[in-house]
Amino acid sequence: MNDLLLNLILTLDASFRVCTPLIFASMAGLFAERSGVVDIGLEGKLLMSAFIAASAATVFSSPWIGLLFAIFASCILAMIHGLASITFKGNQIVSGVAINILASGLTMILTLAWFKSGGITPTLQSDERFLSITLPGVDIIDHIPIIGVIYRELISGHNILVYLAFATVPLVWWVVYRTRFGLRLRAVGENPKAVDTAGLSVEGLRYKALLIGGILCGIGGAYIATAHNAQFTKEMTAGQGFIALAALIFGKWHPYRVLAACFLFGFLDALAVRLQGVVLPVIGEIPVQLIEATPYILTVILLAGFIGKAIPPKASAQPYIKEL
Amino acid sequence: MTRDRRLSWINGLLLPLFNVLTAFLATAIVFILINVNPIEATKILIYGAFGYEEGIGYTLYYTTNFIFTGLAVAVAFHAGLFNIGGEGQAYVGGLGTALVALYIDPTLSAWLIIPLGISGGLLFGAMWAIIPAYLQAYRGSHIVITTIMFNFLASALMVYLLVHVLREMGQMSPQSKDFPDSAWIPFVHDVFAGMGYKIAESPLNLSFIIALIFSALVWFFLWHTRWGFAIRATGKSNDAAVYSGINPKKIIVVTMCISGALAGLVGINELMGVQHRLLLDFNYGYGFGGIAVALMGRNHPIGIIIAALLFGILYQGGMDLAFEMQSVSRHIIVVMQGLVILFCGGLEYLYRPILIRFLAPIEASE
Repeated sequence: MNDLLLNLILTLDASFRVCTPLIFASMAGLFAERSGVVDIGLEGKLLMSAFIAASAATVFSSPWIGLLFAIFASCILAMIHGLASITFKGNQIVSGVAINILASGLTMILTLAWFKSGGITPTLQSDERFLSITLPGVDIIDHIPIIGVIYRELISGHNILVYLAFATVPLVWWVVYRTRFGLRLRAVGENPKAVDTAGLSVEGLRYKALLIGGILCGIGGAYIATAHNAQFTKEMTAGQGFIALAALIFGKWHPYRVLAACFLFGFLDALAVRLQGVVLPVIGEIPVQLIEATPYILTVILLAGFIGKAIPPKASAQPYIKEL
Repeated sequence: MTRDRRLSWINGLLLPLFNVLTAFLATAIVFILINVNPIEATKILIYGAFGYEEGIGYTLYYTTNFIFTGLAVAVAFHAGLFNIGGEGQAYVGGLGTALVALYIDPTLSAWLIIPLGISGGLLFGAMWAIIPAYLQAYRGSHIVITTIMFNFLASALMVYLLVHVLREMGQMSPQSKDFPDSAWIPFVHDVFAGMGYKIAESPLNLSFIIALIFSALVWFFLWHTRWGFAIRATGKSNDAAVYSGINPKKIIVVTMCISGALAGLVGINELMGVQHRLLLDFNYGYGFGGIAVALMGRNHPIGIIIAALLFGILYQGGMDLAFEMQSVSRHIIVVMQGLVILFCGGLEYLYRPILIRFLAPIEASE
């Protein structure tokens, strides 16, 4: 029994770590899509910022400087997306695809140009990474059965960015639902004309939303390379940007539901790692690929309208053309 | 010239030309940033693609894949659909081709096996597109998102099948057993040898001809058949299509199936033509490359063949470039693809305001 509990706790613990970049990326997507801009480029921004974070952390021997550079790089990509989809009214999906491919190629040629290696950056020393933090009171609570284990293994011992991710969600909720900016943001995604008529800048609001998204993706990318791992490796984001997009849809563009979806997808990922090669009673061995594919299958089923309906913001993917 | 004439010149010719040039210019800047002389690099690249027989063979071999995926993306674009799932459709299409090649009676004639292999690719590619198409048409879920999901599902499915089901006994790497000789599409150098000419060996095979045939078929289909008209009408205006008696839902499903089927042909070139077995990631990058090709080729088969050739040149030349220059990797091609998609696609209208202001001002006496 204790063994099972410990296993469960360790899997949940891994889920926290896996879902952190999903949270940052999906919150980034939430801002973009709530403002009426579809962001397929989350994956590219994560990848680029993971690379830049690892590079800058190596060069300047500080994870924080890595983080700053990562945010900067991610914001540049976000602004390119803005230029294409807001100012020049191009196809937002095409622009997002361009960003993903660009990031994939640039990270590869820049690792070669900067570090003379094909697709990896030097391994980071421990002072160049975000390390896990032991929360106060672990020794005291440790004596209490169950709660002690949960506190020690599950709640304590993550790095600062994991805690930041979970703190971001209520903040996003507050910004989107309780501030003037949030109200305008939601309005511009549903009915940009009304916002325009009220004398507000549709383009300005959308740029702001993309910029916030850029910052969040930058943190998510930095987490992947300088906290969860200790270097950048080729294509290391491995579709997490798309899973975040799936979580965004699965959570119906609402911060808390999106968080739940991220955690579910993170849990599935952690479970897939744990179940590798394990033969379960009755069912037998579950193919890892099936568990890995579950987030995508669930999202498709949701999109098909079989478990509730996912309705995106109305003006999503439509460039706003001002009447003259 | 009237203003309308000038506008159509601007939109049809000048803008695409400026966009492609900007993408090239941006690539040159990337070269300069990584301390490579862009002119020097271009020379090596062009020599690698055209300078010797083997190089030409490789160039056309890569071109073949880009024609298939470029056509796939273009057909969908004509109906106003963005098929981002070419990657997955090519992967699963290859499975269809491989199943035919692996399980058919190998003593049958190649004249029978190869067309069946092509049909297998078409069928499985279409199959992988039909669910996203149905969901878009009848359940209102967005095709871009579902096709992305299906790319990942295809990848999971293929890894599973290759690791657990189709892997050859005693083989460490996940790949199937070899196809029988009768399922090989002949290499061009073998065909030439049969006619008494000796040319350098390369992976170029008769799939290239198949790609050209399919380009002609797509052209005929889109511009000279009732279905093609219906597809283009739906793409231009959904409402107008409905008023002229077209059922857009049906059109969406049919178009996506055709699109998926075309992407599914990548396996013909890669598997029946070159590898002669099913293996992981043979489709890698061609699905997304097809987007760049279709955008650059303005969704017209002739444009697509030219754009695919350009990407074939870049792929092959890029390999040689990476070999010659220590500081460049072949991924410069990926960067270039990204830039083409950005400037020919996302930033398509970058120069329009300027061009219209200078070349087609609104006449004062209107």
